[in-house]
Amino acid sequence: MTHTSFLPLAARTIAAWSATLLLVFPLLWLFLTAFKTELQAIEVPPQLIFTPTLENFAEVQVRSDYLLYAKNSVVTSVASTLLGLLIAAPAAYSMAFFRTRHTRDLLMWMLSTKMMPAVGALVPIYVLAQTSGMLDTLTSLTLVFTLSNLPIMVWMLYSYFKDIPPEILEAARMDGASVWSEFRHVILPLGMAGFASTGLLCLVLSWNEAFWSLNLSSAKAGTLATLIASYSSPEGLFWAKLSAASLLAIAPIVVVGWFSQKQLVQGLTFGAVK
Amino acid sequence: MSFLELQGIEKHFGAMRAIKGIALGIEKGEFVVFVGPSGCGKSTLLRLIAGLETIDGGRLLLDGRDITRLPSSKRDLAMVFQSYALYPHMSVADNMSFALRLANVDKAVIREKVQRAAEILNLVPYLARTPRELSGGQRQRVAIGRAIVRSPKVFLFDEPLSNLDAALRGQTRVEIAKLHRELGATTIYVTHDQVEAMTLADRVVVLRDGEIEQVGTPLDLYDRPANQFVAQFIGTPQMNVVAADAVPQFEAVLGLKVPAGGFVGLRPECVGLTSPGSGQLRARVELIESLGAETLIHVSTEQGAQFISRQNSRSALHTGDAVGLSFDPGAAHLFDAQGRVARNAGVGN
Repeated sequence: MTHTSFLPLAARTIAAWSATLLLVFPLLWLFLTAFKTELQAIEVPPQLIFTPTLENFAEVQVRSDYLLYAKNSVVTSVASTLLGLLIAAPAAYSMAFFRTRHTRDLLMWMLSTKMMPAVGALVPIYVLAQTSGMLDTLTSLTLVFTLSNLPIMVWMLYSYFKDIPPEILEAARMDGASVWSEFRHVILPLGMAGFASTGLLCLVLSWNEAFWSLNLSSAKAGTLATLIASYSSPEGLFWAKLSAASLLAIAPIVVVGWFSQKQLVQGLTFGAVK
Repeated sequence: MSFLELQGIEKHFGAMRAIKGIALGIEKGEFVVFVGPSGCGKSTLLRLIAGLETIDGGRLLLDGRDITRLPSSKRDLAMVFQSYALYPHMSVADNMSFALRLANVDKAVIREKVQRAAEILNLVPYLARTPRELSGGQRQRVAIGRAIVRSPKVFLFDEPLSNLDAALRGQTRVEIAKLHRELGATTIYVTHDQVEAMTLADRVVVLRDGEIEQVGTPLDLYDRPANQFVAQFIGTPQMNVVAADAVPQFEAVLGLKVPAGGFVGLRPECVGLTSPGSGQLRARVELIESLGAETLIHVSTEQGAQFISRQNSRSALHTGDAVGLSFDPGAAHLFDAQGRVARNAGVGN
């Protein structure tokens, strides 16, 4: 990689650290507050040195069954990721290897649906969920997550598949491979990085999804996003508990994200960086 | 009926008619080379036979069976690609055995076949490596090995040597010829290199603009080209073709009647150089290419007609020297105004 350096190294380093600190500050704040008492949490000026307490975490579990929400988050994000891959992979395969002159338009159209504000589809989807008795079910959340992530998943897989030389697939066909064995023996192993980063991104997006979870679920199928929201409740704001709940909600995905930074970055650049 | 029978094969790309009703029969065990300039449709024709493109018209019969609409995977043909198209995530052995594994062939049989192919192709030490650890020539051999372990009905080669450097190309060409002699497999080989065509083929199919210009043995095409295109495409350096009108005394010199607006063709080895003043035409040396075993002398006549003369010895001539040209009338090919042959040379008749 080449840099056009108009700033000396020291200045660049300081700039980078400042930017990082600015971005991380809310997380740091959240982390500290989660271990404070409610009183310490609203103290001005805020204390950086204090005796940490775990009572917020205990309280979150007692008051609002953290584990249930966590389970819902895991189920919906994993299921929607798997379902999404199942639908997106064949779609991307046919677009990458059996191009027509409409392929490009189709891809653009799919992506354009992501430009529509989700709230625009809220009423029809809510009514659909209600009349089919699927309000506050894991199924409806999983379906909605899958559908909203599908355009991005198809795009990502498509860009990875496009990097596979078509002659390799032709060679497999000449070797007697059916579509399924071609997929299993050639595309799956060669596109593994693509599947991993696409799946990972979808997992993160589904986990973080708040709009649909808040609108389509409550006590039964609610995800961690709804749990956090419930702490800005009619009884008033409880900063320390809100922070503890938030920390619990984001912890799993932060850990997953940390260990898969490379794949995530690769995925977000749509296969351009290899 | 032939082993592989092409009956009026057609292919369209949008409004473009890429393959125009090709009819051709290929016999069992035959080595047929499709040759022609780029864009002539030779690779397309091969891909139609392979089933990698759909045939828009006509029929394709293999061993008496209609395979026109059969998918590639069911045609029992093997193909060697220009880019080799090896499976990058598999070892050499796995690359070669892929087709057999898909067909659920017994493991012991697979091992034996792969071992035998590896011995023939000198790949035994590399069986456990992946393609990226191999040189270009070795990859090419793996691609050939992948084809031969299957013992398919027909081998298809799509410009298999064009990614190799010159020395390796010559060597691999010889290996392919030997391999064909040993295995006796029916082979279709696509190339734009007429030297490959001449040295490998039992029969050469010359294509232009999606049509067959001529089919014949290599020497047939060299000695009896059906038209000016084939005459100039086969042979290096290419045949001298001069418009009869360009050299008014040509007909008298050769004692031949050239069709109106026609052309005279002479192979470079049939253009003799004599001392200035003797010979049938006067000319001047423009360029001398010394290739060691032979020397190519480019000359230009007073009327501006260009000839190349091939000499099997070193030449004492220099650029700008005056020379005489002598022709054997029997060696001249005559073409009419449309480039169709009117008379072939007596050579080899």
